[in-house]
Amino acid sequence: MECDKIIKVTGLTKRFGNFTAVDHITFDVRKGEIFGFLGANGAGKTTAMKILCGLSLPTEGSGTVDGYDIRTQQELIKRNIGYMSQKFSLYPDLKVWENIRLFGGIYGLGFKEIKQRTAEMLQSLGMEDLRNEPVGSLPLGWKQKLAFSIAMVHKPPLVFLDEPTGGVDPETRRMFWEMIYRAVGEGTTVFVTTHYMDEAEYCDRVSIMVDGVIADLDAPDALKDKYGVPDMDSVFRTVAARRPAGKEAAGA
Amino acid sequence: MGIIDVNGIVKKYGEKTALDNVSFSVEKGEIFGLIGPDGAGKTTLFRILATLLLPDAGKASVEGHDTVTDFAAIRRSIGYMPGHFSLYQDLSVRENLEFFATIFGTTVEANYDNIKEIYSQLEPFGDRRAGALSGGMKQKLALCCALVHKPSVLFLDEPTTGVDAVSRKEFWNILYRIRSGGVTILVSTPYMDEASLCDRIALIQQGAIFETGTPAGIVSEYPYGLLAVKGKPVYPLLQFLRTCDGVVNCFSFGSECHAAIDSSVTGCSRLQRELSGAGFRNFSVREITPGVEDCFLQLSIRKRDGMR
Repeated sequence: MECDKIIKVTGLTKRFGNFTAVDHITFDVRKGEIFGFLGANGAGKTTAMKILCGLSLPTEGSGTVDGYDIRTQQELIKRNIGYMSQKFSLYPDLKVWENIRLFGGIYGLGFKEIKQRTAEMLQSLGMEDLRNEPVGSLPLGWKQKLAFSIAMVHKPPLVFLDEPTGGVDPETRRMFWEMIYRAVGEGTTVFVTTHYMDEAEYCDRVSIMVDGVIADLDAPDALKDKYGVPDMDSVFRTVAARRPAGKEAAGA
Repeated sequence: MGIIDVNGIVKKYGEKTALDNVSFSVEKGEIFGLIGPDGAGKTTLFRILATLLLPDAGKASVEGHDTVTDFAAIRRSIGYMPGHFSLYQDLSVRENLEFFATIFGTTVEANYDNIKEIYSQLEPFGDRRAGALSGGMKQKLALCCALVHKPSVLFLDEPTTGVDAVSRKEFWNILYRIRSGGVTILVSTPYMDEASLCDRIALIQQGAIFETGTPAGIVSEYPYGLLAVKGKPVYPLLQFLRTCDGVVNCFSFGSECHAAIDSSVTGCSRLQRELSGAGFRNFSVREITPGVEDCFLQLSIRKRDGMR
């Protein structure tokens, strides 16, 4: 029963001085699902995600990510997850193959393995001709596809996507989600944050963080039914608007 | 002549063309939206209009002043909120506002009415450093700083990017109130749902404008029929729809798939039969009116295919 939960946290809390960024959150992510991690700016999403990725220790609470303890096995967590953000993903001055090699090396793959993965990835992306191009010169759509594949270079069972589609054009955004669907079809679990509420509809389940707590968590359809609204945008506004005005200025 | 006139503007960075013969005009007191993704050229255009960058070709003017020869006059009369948070992080909320008022030779007190409505929400945090504000609050402060000298034209470069859905709605309500004071607003956004909130819009991608008009006008020119198909699982559904006769293209939109169709070939009932035949259950198909995002998708596909 435990083994079908790839992320499991209980009472997770993070305080900075007297400010509580994450306030006793308890939730789990099932193996193979697309889990949407939503929340207003400053709600504590980034802080919580850093803990889950093994980059920050919780002040209180416990949990596991892919079976590894978030307090004592941070290095193992980092090695076994993928991570991609829109803001920083690849080195624009490095060539396509150099980026793959760099990240493959960071994730501890051997030269032979990197060579093999590079060939596999370029083929499945249809980018063989572009292997010697600097990443900075690629169209955005290609960059996004490549960044996603590189986040998965070590074939992690779980990938964290931090606003992967911010500022991306409508067609590329949709192509990106089709890549997510394919990865999930191959058994990967996807943990994703987004400000596009139409994308929240693509998730199997979503949580909505407000002021450091998880204000609600369920399948998009169930949330729409619960609040009697037609779309996730309305769900989000209903749930997130409950925050007390005074608290909004804090955090970043 | 409009309040903002842009005529054949070209801007290149080395080999890369950031703006390719861009023209449009903004009327007094309207909210004009530049709608397009990252890298479309929106920021370059703002910098040219704000007289911070010279175009390689073409002309632009703001309130009749040429952006190249008469830049000083423009700088006095515009408010510019750049895309990156550009206030002083180490100064307090109050200090930032006073700094910008002083630069324009005025005081916060003299123009307090102009910013009162937004600033009143920030005043409880007047002593807080700007760097310690949340995203939504930072945007409000930046807007106050752009408004403190009573500009007649406001340039807002992606004011809502990375801002959550609730703060975005609030921000747009503020823009409506500013417009009602007669201010002309040029605003850019990558969020297609914000397009319908503008009086007129230009759809821009890769340095070129696809289309300019009112949101309703642009939608009325959509060349296909449009069906919304709801069903699960989404990815196989999308892939199947793309193989159906008469389906021109198909993309996911929230919980539905939008299928652009040639209405002389297919329609609701035919697609329903085909989906049933392929084994899909518990789905629905209905005709819908396209939105701005449907139009943007269609125009960007047409442009790309046209270039091939």
